[in-house]
Amino acid sequence: MKYEATIGLETHVMQKTNTKMFCSCKYEYGAEPNTHVCPTCLGYPGALPVMNEKAIELICKAGLLLGCEINPYSKWDRKNYFYPDMAKNYQITQADEPLCLGGEVTVEVEGEMKTFTLERIHQEENAAKNTHVAGASLVDYNRAGTALMEIVSDPCMSSASDALAYMTHVKQVMQYGGISNCDQEKGQMRSDVNVSVKPVGQKELGAKVEIKNMNSFAFIQDAIEYEIDRQISVLESGGTVVQETRGYNPDRGETFTQRTKENAHDYRYFPEPDLMPVKVSKEQVEQWRSELPEMPAQRRVRYVEQLGLPEYDAGVLTASMDVSDWFEETMKHTKNAKAVSNFIMGEMLRLLSEQGLSIADSKVTPQKLAEIIALIDAKAISTGGGKQIFETIFNEGGDPAAIMEAKGLAQVSDDSALEGWADEAIANNPKPVEEYKAGNPASINFLMGQVMKASRGKANPGAVMQMLKQKLDA
Amino acid sequence: MADLNKCTISELSEKLASGDCTSVDIVNDVLASIDANDGNVGAYLTIDREDALAQAKAADEKRVAGSSLPMLGIPVAIKDLLNVKGQPCTCSSKILEGYVAPYDATVISKLREAGAILLGRVNMDEFAMGSSTENAALGKTSNPWNLDHVPGGSSGGSAACVAADEAIASLGSDTGGSIRQPAAFCGCVGVKPTYGRVSRYGLTAFASSLDQIGPITKTVKDSAILLETLCGHDAMDSSSIEIEVPAFGKELSTDTSLAGMKLGLPKEFFVEGMDPEVEKSVRDAVEHCKSLGAEIVDVSLPNAKYAIAVYYIIATAEASANLARFDGIRYGMRVDGKDPADLYAKTRSAGFGQEVKRRIILGTYVLSSGYYDAYYKKAQKVRTLIRNDFTEAFKKCDAILAPVTPTPAYKKGEKTADPLKMYLDDILTTPTNLAGNCALSLPCGFASNGMPIGLQIIGDDFQEETILKVGHAYEQSTEWHKRHPSL
Amino acid sequence: MSETHEGMDVGYVAKLACIDLTDEETTLFQGQLDQVLHYVEQLNELDVSNVEPTAHAIPVYNVLRKDEVGTSLNHDDVIANFPSATDGHVRVPKIIDQ
Ligand SMILES: [Zn+2]
Repeated sequence: MKYEATIGLETHVMQKTNTKMFCSCKYEYGAEPNTHVCPTCLGYPGALPVMNEKAIELICKAGLLLGCEINPYSKWDRKNYFYPDMAKNYQITQADEPLCLGGEVTVEVEGEMKTFTLERIHQEENAAKNTHVAGASLVDYNRAGTALMEIVSDPCMSSASDALAYMTHVKQVMQYGGISNCDQEKGQMRSDVNVSVKPVGQKELGAKVEIKNMNSFAFIQDAIEYEIDRQISVLESGGTVVQETRGYNPDRGETFTQRTKENAHDYRYFPEPDLMPVKVSKEQVEQWRSELPEMPAQRRVRYVEQLGLPEYDAGVLTASMDVSDWFEETMKHTKNAKAVSNFIMGEMLRLLSEQGLSIADSKVTPQKLAEIIALIDAKAISTGGGKQIFETIFNEGGDPAAIMEAKGLAQVSDDSALEGWADEAIANNPKPVEEYKAGNPASINFLMGQVMKASRGKANPGAVMQMLKQKLDA
Repeated sequence: MADLNKCTISELSEKLASGDCTSVDIVNDVLASIDANDGNVGAYLTIDREDALAQAKAADEKRVAGSSLPMLGIPVAIKDLLNVKGQPCTCSSKILEGYVAPYDATVISKLREAGAILLGRVNMDEFAMGSSTENAALGKTSNPWNLDHVPGGSSGGSAACVAADEAIASLGSDTGGSIRQPAAFCGCVGVKPTYGRVSRYGLTAFASSLDQIGPITKTVKDSAILLETLCGHDAMDSSSIEIEVPAFGKELSTDTSLAGMKLGLPKEFFVEGMDPEVEKSVRDAVEHCKSLGAEIVDVSLPNAKYAIAVYYIIATAEASANLARFDGIRYGMRVDGKDPADLYAKTRSAGFGQEVKRRIILGTYVLSSGYYDAYYKKAQKVRTLIRNDFTEAFKKCDAILAPVTPTPAYKKGEKTADPLKMYLDDILTTPTNLAGNCALSLPCGFASNGMPIGLQIIGDDFQEETILKVGHAYEQSTEWHKRHPSL
Repeated sequence: MSETHEGMDVGYVAKLACIDLTDEETTLFQGQLDQVLHYVEQLNELDVSNVEPTAHAIPVYNVLRKDEVGTSLNHDDVIANFPSATDGHVRVPKIIDQ
């Protein structure tokens, strides 16, 4: 029998706010433990939540970017469960009236355009951070109560590559939209994955298995593939797949049972009496829509139409927002888009990947790259010289002009010097001169080589060629 | 200096202004009264004498420097569920032993700004769950009018200390009658403000959609003065309403006429099983208001009879979540366990009293999977009907007159064995909490056994001015408020 | 509701609420709460199918605050309230992933 998988994702994204969702404590990754806490986020008696305006704006903008409808009326609920990282032992969330409804994204999966639909995006609050030591766990509430939104897809995907393409797109949109940095290392983007398998053609879905709380795309991909195989082999051996929650062990590349249906929580949702509902007007939605930043697709079109870049370049440059922003910053200092693109796609991305760095760490700044390109355009250095300067700065830092001097990379375009070398080459090499004059244009390359040799590489090749032609064609 | 502790806020303000006494004198008299009587009354859980005297001294210095803040130098007792920075806040529960509040409730900041002296913390039913202060884990409080009787609850300490002249005024909180009922039982005046009038920030929550903080005082005018201090919009409480605060105290004149005022009498509030002496006192009070010029009209609150059922579903459900934070992890009492779940269960079992456990279990049940619609959602819908009843009634009248309780204060131990019986006593106070509007309780007589009887004056949303006006007129033309218990 | 409240299992609900009850408490509460639930059945007299539920007596909307950093608690006060602390963290028995 042939089987097919159905996959849905619940993606938690931490919004880029200064303060937490319901209190004015600062959100700061890596701060000393329990220093950004207050009665509200510690769940002290008598403390009350108040909504963060910016978080509401960001979730609604995220919704608009993912094609959701903004709910004109949304409300808050308490989700009750006991856990040490949950200060009040209930989480404030949105059960039946979330801020964003529906939505869809269209992405390319292995050369094919696919549309995945969303069920909703709702706002909630983050949990504290637990660390484990011998015989005990330690809790830091700095992260407790930070703004966290949950993007819930429909069960509309059928493979790990679908899920990967979807998440990559969501991440890109969140970053471009200024909604979240989606730094997975810092837990700013995590996903729960629902996987079920059924015989091809069967209408009803198979038993749903939820794999909880993964932050790496690679792990998610592996977990999905493992889980699909596991469920198929259960079915093939005549067994039934149990509805349950599983964890993923990246070391073993396996999922494992965490909680079965019988032990499922009874969350006892009810309307949060401490928070008032949110009403969003049509005018507010339009205002937010007008403020939405440019998305990668729009940037690609602009790069091609306005900057004259090839489609391929535009795609590479916009794949990550950091790189695209860096490109745009460089364009403030130069007009030569193609040269910037070449340097980024060639030198920059190669060096970054070799050294495992991100573009923010690069010692070559947009200003410095623009200076290098200006030197090339002024024919003060060759393109090769420019690359040498780029790599030097990337590794050691420094100033392009100073490196050009120090490494003796300046080209000679001065006519009198070139003329001397050209006359010498013509005088010393009558044979290629004759061949050229007899109609073999390639022979000029030999003369050119002689001039470059005499200049020890510093002659501007274009200027040399021009000079030789002028003399031979005369 | 004689018996300053027996004076009202308005009397003391005059004495202080004219230099007849100092705040230190007042605090000394109050402390002397506590020394003399609190062994019997048991209103206080903690008092920091030196701190109270230091506050009084500072208030006197401020006055010399020209300050004339409304509550300057007046000592106020605080119900033990309000957070005061640096003080314990036990809610009369073992589970909060060791917790030191690191912040001031908004009403506490307002009291400080108004110059009041924070006198001490008074007893209550654990987490405000109860109507007799017998559910207190950390103290036993008696009714100053008869020490064998309960002071009412949950703000039993707040009412008892005022009745016993162990404080000039106090703060209580009212979720289902917890200010009005003990005020009635102890012969004091108490106000449950409109929901949203007073910030709940720093009030340990029992049922968030019902809780309001309010004053317990010796006279209506004092309640007006103290209420004015407590009211006002607070950005820290999302349910706090942005609405102007009238000068409640100044509005009250010596004119006791109620001419032009329509007062509603709901037949449903004279319930079956009501003590005849209570009914008579309230009906006499109605007649008295008529004699002051008020027009008495019949109104109907047909769904008020469902208030107890609705209240005990909504309040316990909210409480089950509100009290989940008391888990032994971040503050308060901890009984260690082999894992967190074990620690929670051990801590909560040892830390909560029986009534609290009972209500948490009831509240957990009505929210649990499969029962939510049948209980919680249904209760919320009936809540709508109760609120609509009041809206209709207030189309016909300016305020509603009613009893506060079906009986005067009963003897200790009389109802502890039967929770439902105790719950049913809240039938006349819970409708207002569910609807959100305001109500006042003031003395309107005494039973033959000497226990006070209360009259309830219920107002529409944000009509505190009206109920204070009616209450003041009634009080100024009667003598009940002048009696003091003999201790 | 008449059919539902028969199902109240005090022991199970107490577990949901993270409270251990003694056998005596379980028996006592079972009786008392059954009585309360029986009393509550009177709500069945009402047809509320077309009534909107009230979650807030006096509802207001969009109560928002600016995304501006305020004062957090003094770290020492926070630690002083922790029943058990290690390196600025609250210490709890080992959490076993559920
Ligand atoms: Zn906080």
